[in-house]
Amino acid sequence: MKSFVFPEFQIIRDEEKCGQCRGCERQCSFGTHTYDPLTDRLISDDYKCAGCQRCVIFCPKDAIVIRPTQSFYRPNASWSREKIEDLKKQAETGGVILTGCGNDKPFRIYWDHIVLNASQVTNPSIDPLREPMELRTFLGAKPDLMDIEAKGGDVEIKTKISPNLMVETPILFSAMSYGAISYNAFRSLATAARQSGTFFNTGEGGLPKEMRQEFGKCAIVQVASGRFGIDAEYLNCASAVEIKVGQGAKPGIGGHLPGEKVSLEVAATRMIPVGTDAISPAPHHDIYSIEDLSMLITALKEATNYEKPISVKIAAVHNFAAIGSGIVRAGADIIAIDGLRGGTGAAPKAIRDNVGIPIELAISGLDRRLKNEGIRNRCSIIAAGGIRCSADVIKAIALGADAVYIGSAALIAMGCTLCQKCYTGKCNWGICTQDPRLSGRLNVDIASQRLSNLIHAWSHEISEMLGGMGINALESLRGNRDHLRGVGLHEWELEVLGIKGAGE
Amino acid sequence: MPRIKRELYNKEICACSIFGAMNRDGERFNGAGVMKAIANMHVRGNGLGGGFAAYGIYPEYKDYYAFHLMFTGKTPEDMRSAKLVFDAFLCENFDVVFDEEIPHSDVKEVSDPPLIWRYFVLPRKQGEETLLSDEDFIVKMIMWVNTRIENAHVFSSGKNMGCFKGVGYPEDIGEYFMLDKLYSAYTWTVHGRFPTNTQAWWGGAHPFSLLDTTVVHNGEISSYGTNRWYLEMYGYACTLQTDTEVIAYAADLLMRRQSIPIEIVAKILAPPIWNSIDRMNEKEKKLLTTLRMVYGPLLMNGPFAIIIGQTGKMIGLTDRIRLRPITAATRGEMFYLSSEEASIRLISPELDSVWTPNGGEPVVGELNNMRTVL
Repeated sequence: MKSFVFPEFQIIRDEEKCGQCRGCERQCSFGTHTYDPLTDRLISDDYKCAGCQRCVIFCPKDAIVIRPTQSFYRPNASWSREKIEDLKKQAETGGVILTGCGNDKPFRIYWDHIVLNASQVTNPSIDPLREPMELRTFLGAKPDLMDIEAKGGDVEIKTKISPNLMVETPILFSAMSYGAISYNAFRSLATAARQSGTFFNTGEGGLPKEMRQEFGKCAIVQVASGRFGIDAEYLNCASAVEIKVGQGAKPGIGGHLPGEKVSLEVAATRMIPVGTDAISPAPHHDIYSIEDLSMLITALKEATNYEKPISVKIAAVHNFAAIGSGIVRAGADIIAIDGLRGGTGAAPKAIRDNVGIPIELAISGLDRRLKNEGIRNRCSIIAAGGIRCSADVIKAIALGADAVYIGSAALIAMGCTLCQKCYTGKCNWGICTQDPRLSGRLNVDIASQRLSNLIHAWSHEISEMLGGMGINALESLRGNRDHLRGVGLHEWELEVLGIKGAGE
Repeated sequence: MPRIKRELYNKEICACSIFGAMNRDGERFNGAGVMKAIANMHVRGNGLGGGFAAYGIYPEYKDYYAFHLMFTGKTPEDMRSAKLVFDAFLCENFDVVFDEEIPHSDVKEVSDPPLIWRYFVLPRKQGEETLLSDEDFIVKMIMWVNTRIENAHVFSSGKNMGCFKGVGYPEDIGEYFMLDKLYSAYTWTVHGRFPTNTQAWWGGAHPFSLLDTTVVHNGEISSYGTNRWYLEMYGYACTLQTDTEVIAYAADLLMRRQSIPIEIVAKILAPPIWNSIDRMNEKEKKLLTTLRMVYGPLLMNGPFAIIIGQTGKMIGLTDRIRLRPITAATRGEMFYLSSEEASIRLISPELDSVWTPNGGEPVVGELNNMRTVL
């Protein structure tokens, strides 16, 4: 059937500059560029281009420019090009439209409508280059009040303290499974987490056996509805266990790792046969209610000898606050909440673009709900989904999060350009693929250095902003909405965020 | 469903002078000296708030809780009607042994005073309230009054002690309440205020107090929003529109309800930095790490110097990087804390020792026992 969809991108090659080195041909896994020996020219097929810019960056002569196509349908506010093309694709295939990465629709980004405070006169700002600036954060349950016994000079804490994760900076790597991403990408995240005093999350694809000894201490291991790769050693080698209930990019549905991506190593790690689809059911079939969740939390605590905090990850959906409260009461030590703009390796586009709520509103609502119920200290909140820079991190913390997960941001640090073709398994950047030729492009040393640099740079910026507010320890900003003001927001939005408008 | 009312915090910022004097033998002295000392720091205030806490002033009623009430309002009728509402509430929940208007003299510098009354009471707990300790019951009642009864504020509630405060320079407030003539105390703490962003309000003057704990404070708490939510979880209602209130409530939560010694409380309010903690021995490291982990929301960030008064105790503390220093001094049985050494020298030219404590290091004066800790 002839496709009526025209190409998304237009490839412009400067023939003057092109040296016919065929580098672009080798770089593109989608087969966009081919060499024609008769004319000694490289020919590009716009239809195949994913817009990932790999060939542009690696062209030694800077001869290639890739830009959105100039072709257009007659402009129509209702029938945008995207709507028309999605419809055509479905008419041609009868299938669900798949996509990758996070929601790219113009929902209001609240981060960009919130501004931070700074000290002037009455309170000195603090210079992080000269004064200590503390970002260390503890994730897990804190007791209501402590029983402290002081005898003479000797002080003893009688209260039993729940296990907590200590991070040197409030930024953790979000769940990205081995299988969805390449081994090198996975290992780069682990290496960077260890270097930076933070944690990476294994996602639901297990943790390769040879990595357990080396990286278990900086790993949060996930237990998801597919239960892939879980054994006692997996749970016990890690620092924390996370039950994945939902994901911001695709709330309410499960996951699907196509058999093509299930290589020998992925199969061994996931404990499934090579080449079979790894399908995570939409719900956990042993969690149909909050009391079921409570039982799984307890089971995992039993399995790990009550030595590790248990996190529960949910997507931010309409009723998140009540759900969050239930999760704390069910015994979770950490709630990870993933917003509307959270990324994914593969999701139906209709779900990614239409389900869930922005993370900013969810953080504030959850924090307030737990405070009102007097149980905020009983769990930590990790916010995920749409954190793009250090300012987003610090705003998330002032709105009430204890720390953030970054996923897309970490991938971008490694080379990702958010081309949204993760589900094809043909990632030219070697990140979201199991093709050894492609994944070999990602050098673990370099990628982990880029990730560590990112964490370092953001931490430094957070320190600068914190010092400007006259605060030298991050815990004094947590839930401290006094330091935020809204610009260009409606009254109801300010109410939900719990912040004043600028000038108030 | 009505929308949740957006929280509009109203934090006050102030720079101030603080002074404290204690006789560790417990001998009582009148307020003339501290009034002179605080007047010497006149320019650190701007006449929009001054106040005193005095310990040992009601020996004849020492077994009763002394409530000092402020009835505000635009007209005397407003004040009297607030008092009527409060009196009805008080009679339901307390036995009142004596009450009177707090005597005052007319001072031209003091304007628009509210109606200020004192009551000596014992709690009368009913039903489930009998499960509460007297003090928990009183805290609960005070929170109720301060949030529910319009124009009534309990600003002092301990035994054998009292706060006196208002809008004006502290020396004028002292004269207004005749502290140099009517009262003698073994500990006096004083505050002169320089609020920068709100209209003058009698309730906003220092000291802030709950039961017998009083706080006078110089500085700005940049962690206010965080401290506030944590304390609200434990039933403390922050109603007085100032950041100092959170210190008083934190002191009550930690020192009274949890009986944590001041040395440890100082490590919660102004903890050592992680770099120092990481170099300590295992035991200390574990203790301080746990304290910071659990009580992180009570860390008081930003510049502050405070004097906490309690029965038999006067404590000085600064923020952990000493952005607002405090001077401590002793002369015989007298123990002084002050924003400036000159004020101490003014009333006690000869001193046995004078020093500036390190940031986050509490200085504690106790009756007949003086020590610096850690």
